[in-house]
Amino acid sequence: MSQAKVPVWVNVGLIPLFNIMLALLASALVFLAIGENPIEAAGYLLYGAFGYDEGIGYTLYYATNLIFTGLAVSVAFKAGLFNIGGEGQAYIGGLGVGLVCLWFDSSLPLLLIAPLAIIGGALFGAAWAYIPAYLQARRGSHIVITTIMFNFIASSLMVYLMVNWLKQEGLMSPISRTFEESAWLPYLHDLLAPLGIDMGDSPLNLAFILALLCCVFYWALVWHTRWGYQLRTVGTNPTAAQYAGIDNAKVTIWVMLISGALAGLVGVNEIMGVNHSLLLNFTAGYGFAGIAVALMGRNHPVGIILAAMLFGALYQGGGELAFEIPTITPEIVVVIQGLVILFSGALENMFKGKIEAFFLRRAAA
Amino acid sequence: MNQDTQSYAIELEGISKRFGAVQANKDIALRVPAGTIHGIIGENGAGKSTLMSIIYGFYEADAGVIKVDGQAVDIHNSQDAIKAGIGMVHQHFMLVDNFTVLENIVLGAEGGALLKQGLNAARKELKRLEQEYSLDVDIDAKVEDLPVGLQQRVEILKALYRGAKVLILDEPTGVLTPQEADHLFRILSSLTEQGVTVLLITHKLREILASTNNVSVMRQGEMVAHRVTAETDKDELAELMVGKKVRLKVDKEAAQPKQTVLSAEQLCVSDSQGVERLKKVSLELKAGEILGIAGVSGNGQSELLNVLSGITPMSSGSIAFAGQRITAEQPKTAAQMRALHMAHVPEDRHKMGLVTGFEAYEAAVLGYHDADTYNGKILMKRQAMVEECQARMAAWDVRPLNPHLKTANFSGGNQQKIVIAREVEQNPEVLLIGQPTRGVDIGAIENIHEQIVKLRDAGKAILLVSVELDEIMALSDRILVMFDGAVVGHVSAEEADERTLGLMMANAWQEPQGASA
Repeated sequence: MSQAKVPVWVNVGLIPLFNIMLALLASALVFLAIGENPIEAAGYLLYGAFGYDEGIGYTLYYATNLIFTGLAVSVAFKAGLFNIGGEGQAYIGGLGVGLVCLWFDSSLPLLLIAPLAIIGGALFGAAWAYIPAYLQARRGSHIVITTIMFNFIASSLMVYLMVNWLKQEGLMSPISRTFEESAWLPYLHDLLAPLGIDMGDSPLNLAFILALLCCVFYWALVWHTRWGYQLRTVGTNPTAAQYAGIDNAKVTIWVMLISGALAGLVGVNEIMGVNHSLLLNFTAGYGFAGIAVALMGRNHPVGIILAAMLFGALYQGGGELAFEIPTITPEIVVVIQGLVILFSGALENMFKGKIEAFFLRRAAA
Repeated sequence: MNQDTQSYAIELEGISKRFGAVQANKDIALRVPAGTIHGIIGENGAGKSTLMSIIYGFYEADAGVIKVDGQAVDIHNSQDAIKAGIGMVHQHFMLVDNFTVLENIVLGAEGGALLKQGLNAARKELKRLEQEYSLDVDIDAKVEDLPVGLQQRVEILKALYRGAKVLILDEPTGVLTPQEADHLFRILSSLTEQGVTVLLITHKLREILASTNNVSVMRQGEMVAHRVTAETDKDELAELMVGKKVRLKVDKEAAQPKQTVLSAEQLCVSDSQGVERLKKVSLELKAGEILGIAGVSGNGQSELLNVLSGITPMSSGSIAFAGQRITAEQPKTAAQMRALHMAHVPEDRHKMGLVTGFEAYEAAVLGYHDADTYNGKILMKRQAMVEECQARMAAWDVRPLNPHLKTANFSGGNQQKIVIAREVEQNPEVLLIGQPTRGVDIGAIENIHEQIVKLRDAGKAILLVSVELDEIMALSDRILVMFDGAVVGHVSAEEADERTLGLMMANAWQEPQGASA
């Protein structure tokens, strides 16, 4: 047990920043390889993400999805479970939201539809997570494998449902009818306009506020309730949990239910907030990106918000970049995102030891 | 034989190893003549395993020299040890269960990228080894299909295949039936005839006396004696092993035991491999007494604590407690046992008693975190938890007095006080307490012992498990001795002396002539 400790800011600030810088350096090499000026590219990216009102709106809209999936991955991780199924849970959650909207949009006001849709999304996402959770807890099937497989099942199920049941009559593309406006989650720019705040047209909607509320919920649940106490005990010391009389299997199941519910809320943002109809592929990889967000955010809601903003900025700024410099295709933007995930997620610990050792030596000296 | 002309397979000079504050090995000297079986005996924690790990390259010694066949060797890892001709058979086998014997043996020594060639070469070599040492193992059998005795032989073959001339066996008979153990010793003696040297680590005196040529005794990290086995006996070895310790003084009146509060009948527990770890243990625990469980660790004490506290299920038998009959068919969980006022201070506070990542006030409610005192409707009453923890820390003199410090950052003694305070302050009817003072400094030991006696005097029943004989003797009113999962002895505190207990712990005790049965 060493008395010297690495300062907190090194772990939560310096190391993630260092990893991002490395990712950007690697990206610079990619830009040089295709003959573009990396500094100019970085400028477009930053401007696109934060330079003007609509840009910021888009960044936050993307971040909303990533907060939901980041929290979903993180809460499971706190209990020692690796939920790779955020994508499928978000997809099925979206189905829940869509069904609520399709059923009630002409009979109920927004004030009733919104909570119903939120519950619907959470329930459907949780239900989708329940099956792998049950298999892990009671049958020992590894949750990583089952959640991955359930992503594919979710995807196939949605295609089947959309094509055979939910598609609008007379349309070739598998998309439901557009909801009545009573089932549209208000845009933030519409809500803020009467207050004299002009923030440009962006898909940013009330789901963003819901995402922030979920962060508070996560924080309270994990650190301030007996359930959070149990899940942290199971996640850090399963033997002690057993000793304390905590039912590990039960904790596994309900943590996954919460995780799936959080992922399912992506549907609120995408289906109710932006698309206003049920369609295919709206999850667009947010479930997987959530893993990187949770890792980078160090499984803390504040970290997850920041990491989600970073990835949101990469999505939005990257789009801007691809638009401004034609040689930079959307695929190159995906490469940059991949590099950030690689360096801050997969290679998270590559320099951690060295940096910590440096500060330990300095603290000892 | 003249000391100078005899050749030694292994010589150790001045080996020392320290882990933090613990001196695990202190200036160890050892000479093992080639072609002999050399026993190393000692209590748990005497430093036997550390010493063997140093020879096999798991740890590097802080100081000292290792010589193999008279040549000083540098052993930094197990590869070096294998190169020097040292092989080790671990207490827990290092085998891949769903590989065949042959595949297990070549693992790590495949001899090339293509498996087939290496396997064929190995097959030939193994046939030779097997015949030479009459090991009698089907090399195409899957390891998981073999009984443990044969699995152990696979480990021996594995070492021999790598050219081991010195074989270290760490508690080899712990998992064997007596017949398998006999067979093992026959194999070992035929190995020595072929020039292999065997180092046998055990705490079982009988095995030492029956099978070794020489024996060395370790106590508290030091090598305290070397004997030629033929010239010693179990009494001398037991005394050397236990030593003449300063007897701990605990002020306590004679116990005034009252009604029986917990009784166990024929308790059996099997582990996940189906090996019986607890064998028909029966005991009665009365209010107002401390029942000590003595024994070398790993002889079923942990299983006893875990089954009584509801952590592990029993395979047969029954427990009567608080008006309930608990059986394999009608088990109670750890949470239910706790609700019946059974408190449990586990043997290993890091693995079980605490969550070291938690702050002290969180660790101080582990197991009781559902209680109303700590919970509002939804949120936990953090303030109440912190305040209570602060008060308890003050009462139990936990330092530093900071409920927000991470549990990992307290010293061992203070961690232990946090655990004991948590359990004792619940005012339990029964307290199960394992290794209450392991890794605890002397001042804290007294304090903890006082608290245990105080709880007894308050009419509570206490089951104390400890590998420290003097702790058992100082605190207990009655003593049970466990060996190999069974209770092998029962003595009252007045009758108990170290020699008798030491012999019982090694299962080498015989009732003196004329004693009542």
